Amino acid sequence: MDVRFINPFVKSICNTFETMCSLPVTVKKPEMKTDNGPTSDVSSIIGFSGDAAGSVALHFSFDTASQLATKFAGIDITPEHDDFADAIGELANMVAGGAKAQFQGVDVSISLPNVIVGLNHNLSASKSVPRIIIPCDTELGSFIVEIGMILTKQPAGNVAETAGALS
Amino acid sequence: MKIMLVDDSRTIRNIQKNVLKQIGHTDLIEAEDGVVALGLFQKEVPDLMLVDWNMPNMDGITLIRKIRETNKTVPIIMCTTEAEKSRILEAIKAGVNNYIVKPFSVESLQEKIEQTMAKIGAA
Repeated sequence: MDVRFINPFVKSICNTFETMCSLPVTVKKPEMKTDNGPTSDVSSIIGFSGDAAGSVALHFSFDTASQLATKFAGIDITPEHDDFADAIGELANMVAGGAKAQFQGVDVSISLPNVIVGLNHNLSASKSVPRIIIPCDTELGSFIVEIGMILTKQPAGNVAETAGALS
Repeated sequence: MKIMLVDDSRTIRNIQKNVLKQIGHTDLIEAEDGVVALGLFQKEVPDLMLVDWNMPNMDGITLIRKIRETNKTVPIIMCTTEAEKSRILEAIKAGVNNYIVKPFSVESLQEKIEQTMAKIGAA
């Protein structure tokens, strides 16, 4: 995991939830993910490819996901609602897009969102890319952002500027 | 005025619909990807389009390029998470008239729509 990717995600998480849900987010200290966790009920995953590769996943409990989806969409959205996965996926899409816009000199494409729904699931990912988890609190509940990213190509242009932008 | 909303997220289309209804626009058509949008466009040209970039089957930038091959005038607003300057320039080159970056506030979406409509004399 290239730690320079963390700050763009932190900024993007705050901006996405503040703008779309009018919700301030308290971002706690990032930590390395261990084999045992975290578990969640709803995960929304976006893949990255290009000059950097990896993924970002947002993990929620059913209750927090429902409350955030409801706030975002402006209608009552339970996990059974047809738009539940769509709303949660779109939030992850915005977090990923907002972060990648800050990877100056690093050209990255994002995938369409995939949403996993299932009680207490654990996201298993490649052990070759260490993963960081960022705990986040809002007044509607807590969620976790999991990031695993590595540079696959040296950034184009001004490397120092790029490093500065990512640090 | 007929407005076409092209986004694979129904949640986003619903948010856009609510904003448009608030400013008096109710003649709205929806498409979940570029293929569906192109099919609808060929049957009836809308007066304004809001187009997402990343969608399955056909993405927004391909859709816009295809539309601009035959129609240079329909106003198109791109509404996307793609926020890099290079992407915005690519979209302008493809023929978009305005650009909204997600996440967006309701106010900024409303402002961009009204700005674009004013430019075409439809505000």
